[in-house]
Amino acid sequence: MKKLGNQTYSFDSPPTIVDCASIVGPKEAQGPLGKYFDLCIDDEFWGEKTWEKAESKIIKETVNTVIAKSGISSAQIDCCFAGDLLNQCISSSFGLRELSIPFFGVFGACSTFVESMSLAAICTESFAENTLCATSSHFCSAEKQFRFPLELGNQRPQSSQWTVTGAGSAILSKTGSGPYITMITPGKIVDMGIKDGNNMGAAMAPAFCDTLTTHFLDSGRNPSYYDAIISGDLGYVGKEIVLDIMASKGYNIKSNYNDCGILIFDKLKQDTHSGGSGCGCCASVFSGYLFKELRARKMKRILLIATGALMNSTSSQQGESIPGIAHAISIEI
Amino acid sequence: MNPLESKQTYQQYVEQKSPNSPILKNCFNAFWVGGLICTLGQIISNICKERGFDIATSGTIVSIILIGIAAFLTGLNLFNKIGKFAGAGSLIPITGFANSIVSPAMEYKSEGYVMGVGGKMFTVAGPVLVFGISASILIGIIYMIFATESITLV
Amino acid sequence: MEIDWANVFEISSLLKCFIVGGLICVIGQILIDKTKLTPARILVIFVTTGAILGGLGIYQYLVDFAGAGATVPLTGFGYNLAKGAIEGVKQSGLIGAFTGGVKAAAGGIAAAVFFGYLAALISKPKMKKQ
Repeated sequence: MKKLGNQTYSFDSPPTIVDCASIVGPKEAQGPLGKYFDLCIDDEFWGEKTWEKAESKIIKETVNTVIAKSGISSAQIDCCFAGDLLNQCISSSFGLRELSIPFFGVFGACSTFVESMSLAAICTESFAENTLCATSSHFCSAEKQFRFPLELGNQRPQSSQWTVTGAGSAILSKTGSGPYITMITPGKIVDMGIKDGNNMGAAMAPAFCDTLTTHFLDSGRNPSYYDAIISGDLGYVGKEIVLDIMASKGYNIKSNYNDCGILIFDKLKQDTHSGGSGCGCCASVFSGYLFKELRARKMKRILLIATGALMNSTSSQQGESIPGIAHAISIEI
Repeated sequence: MNPLESKQTYQQYVEQKSPNSPILKNCFNAFWVGGLICTLGQIISNICKERGFDIATSGTIVSIILIGIAAFLTGLNLFNKIGKFAGAGSLIPITGFANSIVSPAMEYKSEGYVMGVGGKMFTVAGPVLVFGISASILIGIIYMIFATESITLV
Repeated sequence: MEIDWANVFEISSLLKCFIVGGLICVIGQILIDKTKLTPARILVIFVTTGAILGGLGIYQYLVDFAGAGATVPLTGFGYNLAKGAIEGVKQSGLIGAFTGGVKAAAGGIAAAVFFGYLAALISKPKMKKQ
C-alpha cells in the first residue's frame, strides 16, 4: 500500500470483493432497483416487536446471506466492520453478537459503508485473509431517533430525504478475481455552516466535492477515467449543488455522476422528496445493484463516495451546524 | 461563481438552490381542512346550545369530542395522512394538539407503559402546556395588579 | 328536548366559522413553509399568541364573531386559558390566577391524556406509505 499525494492510498495487491448481499424494506422493493436486492421484506417489523429489533434482524440476515453466497464460512473471516445510525450502533452490535467474528463498530453516519470497506480493505491487504463489512438503517427507527413520531401529522420539507430501510454487506478477500478495491481516499470533515437538518444534501455536498477533487489531484485520474462516480445519499438537492461546485472547480462530471439516494427511489411515484439516505442506502445500492453491474462488466471502474452528516439530535437542538464527511473507494475489474 | 468561497456565500447559494414547498397548494388545503374542522366544532357547539348547555360547557364538550376523534384517527394510522395533506389545517386546530400527544405515546410503547407511553407522551405537546399555562398565570397576575376593566376587555 | 336543526345548521354562522378557522390555519401553513419552525414551536407560538390576545380582550371579538372558528384552533386554547385565569382572579384573587386557566382547559387536557393513553394501548404505529 502506498500513499499518493495528500490523502489517497493505492493498494499493491488490491483486495477482491468476493460477494455482496442486500435486504431491503417494502418501499425500496417498489423502487427502480427492486429486482436487484437479495430479499425484500414485506413489513417493517419483520415479525419483531420493535423497529430496533427489526433493523438488527435485517443486518443479521444480510450478513448470513453474504456468508452463504460467498461460500466463506464465518470461521474463515478474520474481522468485521459494521455500523448503523442508532445510538451507540446497537443495530449492528445486537445483530452481529451471535456471529463470533472479531468486531469493530464503525460510525460515519451515512458514510459508514464506504468507511467500513476502506478499513476492511486495509486489513485485508495487510494481515487478514477475509474481512466482512455491513451497515444498515431503518426508516422507522431513524425517524423515531432523529425526527418525529411516525403518527405525527406533519409535512416533510421538499429538501428532506427518506431514510432507507435496508442493509448491505460485503466480504473482502486477499485472493480472487475482482472486482478489486484499488484505491481509497479517506475524507476530511468539512463544515460550511448548514444548520437545517432537513437539508442534509446541502450539508454534505462540500465534503463530497472536497474528497472528489482531492482524489483526482492525488491519483492523477480525471472524471472520464470512471464509468460511474456514485455518491452515497446526497439526493436531488445535493446532486445539483455538486454539479455546480465541480463545474466551478473545472471538472465536468455531468455524464457519469449519480447518487444512491436518487437511484433507489422513484421521485415521482414514491414521493420521497430529495431521495433516499441512511447507512442502508449506499450499502444496499452498492451490494444490490452496482456490484452486480461490475461483476457483469457493464461497468468496469467506479468511484464510490459515501457521504455522512456527523450530527445528532442534541447537536441540532443546540443550534450547531452540520459537519459533513465523504470517503471514496475506487473499485475496478 | 464558486459557491464554496465562504460559509456565507454557500448558505445563500443553498437557500436559493433548495426547492420551495408548494405554498399556494398547501395554504389552500390548510384553509379548507382547517375551516372544516372548525365548522364541525361549531355544529357540535350549536347542538350543545340547543340542548341547553352554557357556552363554557359547550366549548369543553367540543374540545373533548374533537380530541377524541383525532386520537381515534391517530390510532387508526390515518391522522398522519390527513396531516401530510392538510399541514397546518389539521395541526393548528385542537386536533393537532391531540395528535401530538397520541403519536409519541404510540411510538414509545415499545419502551414500556410507564416510562415509554407515560413519560414520552408530552415530548411534542409538553411545551404547549408549559407556555400556555405559564402565560395564563402571568395574565391573571397582571390583571390582578391592575385590576381594572380598562386594561382588559374580558 | 327537541333540537331545532335550523339553528344548528344556520349557514351564516357556519360560514363565518369556516372562513376564520381556515384563515388561522393558513397563517400556520405560511409559518411552516416560510420558516424552519418545527410543529412544536408553531403550536407554542399559537397558544401563547392566543393567551396574550385573550388577556388583552382582543380575541374575545373574534370569538364573538366566528365562534368555533376562533376557539377550535390552538389560539382558542390559549384564549381559554387566559380567560379562565382572569375569571379565577375575579372570583378568588391570586390563587385564581393559578387555578383558573387550567380549570377552564381541564376538559381538553384530560381528554388528550386519557385518549392518548388509550390509543397507545390498543394500537401500534405503522410505517408511512408516503
